[in-house]
Amino acid sequence: MNAVIDFRPRDAGCADAPVLRERGQREVFCGLTGIIWLHRKIQDAFFLVVGSRTCAHLIQSAAGVMIFAEPRFATAIIDDRDLAGLADANDELDRVVGRLLERRPDIKLLFLVGSCPSEVIKLDLHRAAQRLDGVFRGRTRVLNYSGSGIETTFTQGEDACLAALVPELPAAASAAAPDLLLVGTVADIVEDQFLRTFRAMGIERVAAFPPRRSTELPAVGPNTRILLTQPFLGDTVRALEARGAKHLAAPFPLGEEGTTLWMHAAADAFNVPKARFEQVVAPLQERARSGIARYREALAGKRIFFFPDSQLELPLARFLSRELGMQLLEVGTPYLHRQLLGKELELLPAGTALSEGQDVERQLDRCESAGPDIVVCGLGLANPLESRGITTKWSIELVFSPIHGFDQAADLAELFARPLNRRDRLVALER
Amino acid sequence: MQLTLWTYEGPPHVGAMRVATALEDVHYVLHAPQGDTYADLLFTMIERLPKRPPVTYTTFQARDLGGDTAELFKNAAREAHERFKPAAMMVGASCTAELIQDDPGGLAAALDLPIPVVALELPSYQKKENWGAAETFYQMVRGLAGPHAPAPGTPRPPRVAGAQPSCNILGPTALGFRHRDDVREIRGLLESIGVEVRVVAPQGATAADLARLGEADFNVVLYPETAGSTANWLQRNFGQQYTRTIPIGAIATREFIAEVADLAGIDPERAQAAGRSRAPWYSRSVDSTYLTGKRVFVFGDGTHAVAAARVAAEEFGFTVVGIGTYSREFAREVRAAADKYGVEPLITDDYLEVEARVAELQPELVLGTQMERHIAKRLGVPCAVISAPVHVQDFPARYAPQMGFEGANVLFDTWVHPLMMGLEEHLLGMFREDFEFHDGAAASHLGHGSSRPQPPEAISPIAMGEAAAAAAGLATSAPAGEPVAGELVWAADAQKELGKIPFFVRGKARRNTEAYASQHGVALITVETLYEAKAHYGR
Repeated sequence: MNAVIDFRPRDAGCADAPVLRERGQREVFCGLTGIIWLHRKIQDAFFLVVGSRTCAHLIQSAAGVMIFAEPRFATAIIDDRDLAGLADANDELDRVVGRLLERRPDIKLLFLVGSCPSEVIKLDLHRAAQRLDGVFRGRTRVLNYSGSGIETTFTQGEDACLAALVPELPAAASAAAPDLLLVGTVADIVEDQFLRTFRAMGIERVAAFPPRRSTELPAVGPNTRILLTQPFLGDTVRALEARGAKHLAAPFPLGEEGTTLWMHAAADAFNVPKARFEQVVAPLQERARSGIARYREALAGKRIFFFPDSQLELPLARFLSRELGMQLLEVGTPYLHRQLLGKELELLPAGTALSEGQDVERQLDRCESAGPDIVVCGLGLANPLESRGITTKWSIELVFSPIHGFDQAADLAELFARPLNRRDRLVALER
Repeated sequence: MQLTLWTYEGPPHVGAMRVATALEDVHYVLHAPQGDTYADLLFTMIERLPKRPPVTYTTFQARDLGGDTAELFKNAAREAHERFKPAAMMVGASCTAELIQDDPGGLAAALDLPIPVVALELPSYQKKENWGAAETFYQMVRGLAGPHAPAPGTPRPPRVAGAQPSCNILGPTALGFRHRDDVREIRGLLESIGVEVRVVAPQGATAADLARLGEADFNVVLYPETAGSTANWLQRNFGQQYTRTIPIGAIATREFIAEVADLAGIDPERAQAAGRSRAPWYSRSVDSTYLTGKRVFVFGDGTHAVAAARVAAEEFGFTVVGIGTYSREFAREVRAAADKYGVEPLITDDYLEVEARVAELQPELVLGTQMERHIAKRLGVPCAVISAPVHVQDFPARYAPQMGFEGANVLFDTWVHPLMMGLEEHLLGMFREDFEFHDGAAASHLGHGSSRPQPPEAISPIAMGEAAAAAAGLATSAPAGEPVAGELVWAADAQKELGKIPFFVRGKARRNTEAYASQHGVALITVETLYEAKAHYGR
């Protein structure tokens, strides 16, 4: 036996594991990218980025798949007249917003979204939003948040947006019965499943945030219990806690195990009888398990490497490792929020290589020498890796697909099995 | 501040990336905040390049702004040099880094790297992608070929007797609209008439190739948007003439050959025998009669728009009803073309304005960019894409140039494809009540690219001003008998008769009828008014 006493509980997983922190080139999106799903989620909201041509080009390029749908976002492009002070930026913004709302009378909620240039020139969008909110009161609410790359990475844009929306939530009476608030954007169909399942457990007072319409904002108060559907919502949680709500710590609802533990956290907080919980959840678990089993053979033992992207990396790695038997070579995440991801860290196999931040060139070196079977990475890296014979999974698809919950667990596994399946099918094809 | 839904061009540093990615052994160190790396996916996903663009970003964040972003840049440049060992380096700033004024050029000079370093000044708040590409190419050529230029005023020595004439091909970049195939086509054409192609740049050129650009006898400029300023500089400094004809279409290809033969001093008649297109015969074939006078709206970058309008008018027999460009740098050329066709030029990068113009003009075919493809789809007008901005579909697996003899064939196929075929058009017109000829039914030969008018509800007010929507005849959802445009009222039977007109000309019929009614003080549009208007306007 080893003389050194290990104080950590034996099954603490990665709770105290060392993390490789890197600061170099980060091959990640900025928070503006969140607009791509947020503008579809909140159907009467419009997102006006106040930024540069680069911002407009980014959203357009990142949203390439959706370019032919009617957008509820736009960019107010700052030009040199604004910078030189020849035009008053605030007057210009008022003009642009006026034109926009004239054309879109259906918009009930307008977000002015800050960008790198607007942050650097210190354009006060908070004041601008307040001013415009006064002008359009009774018709369109005007709020602001920053999706700038200097302040937010990819999914943090949603965090900033939701945190800005929290003060708008009506107050729940302090004597109100406890209610459950599911926080984070998930596919509508998944949200409906969650609401249905919680109600079946007897948790009647349950709502989702963000809502599908800005006129349906859920109330929040000291008796509100928050359950996060997404791991990247640190600021939103803080803002909700400031309104008195209590965060329920749990792993995230990815995979059968994650979804069970996530729902269990709510069931515990709402004193759902064990039998009732089992009764509701057991058939769903069974369905999820049998769905996942179909992909176990394809994925078990396969070596996976995660580049940082959406902050979903830890929950995904936990699912793939524990439910599909994949080997984790490195789990990179842009930002590791220890508190929100505490339960996930406990579940990760001890010894998992974790990295936070990025130096993309060094990470590519590590990736290559680790010899993965599959790499999860962004769109800028995927084809270059594929051309070197390395199978990849686009990480952005994990943000755009319904992957949460019991009934999507198998779909999630399939997203990882598909590139491997494809590689096998094309084995005879020349490179 | 400009309200922008979709943008035709990216920022100028994306233009610089297109040049860096096209070159073989050059690295671009870009001072830029986290997030600007999105631009990599343009190359790896849209163009499907199997390698990352040769670009290192500093990706600074808010916490770096308080510290030393200049040091961050120097480290990035130093490490990029060590890792990638480029033959030359470009350094510059994206829009945000431009604001913090770290002077990448000065910082890079201080590193004293053992390679040429070209500092790019690309004003992000004034200029756009194509300008950025042109400026970058020009600065690279000036920086690398400049030291080899003869003393000012030195006349270019005549070509050695018996030596093969030679040229460079200038302009093709990464993410260019069909540049890959245009280069192959034009290179083949030049070689087949006995002209040696020394360097193609920037696409595929090394830093050393740029340095020896002055050696060729003359330059062939395929894309003035990216190569115009470079060709001018080479002419001034090396006495190299350059071609002005853009070989898009069968006629322009002939003119291009004549121009090259002249510059190269070769027999023009022999050169013209180098090849031919099938397209001119196809266009003369009786089957193409139905193309006569089709009303076409053209929009794109300056060069492609002007070329497409000419091909449309002179090779297809179409009527150009509108022409425009998003590149202000080429407004003059587009205005001149508009004059030639007697139409109003549209110089704008505002997608909404373009949409309103298309709606107002009701063309039968749109030749535009991916943006106009979107507009045309919504308005139910056939469309073919002729210009950047590019989409993954603009990088077909097959060989599909726009230029040269084969390019003319490609244009014929791709422009005719979205249109209703001759006899089919007649049948649809004659037997409107055939249950399989309903408006939703696509023409038989059309695949996924078929255009069907979307229900008017699908067109939102932001995409289209109400006036434009009315002009486009999209107010058809209004029930018969109710006022539609101003005082005009459609009688139920007239409305029904209008419905018998095939959808692809119905908008025009509605517009003409209403215009006729207003002019003649007719308040209630009847079946008779419809036919009187038809007689008045002709087809």
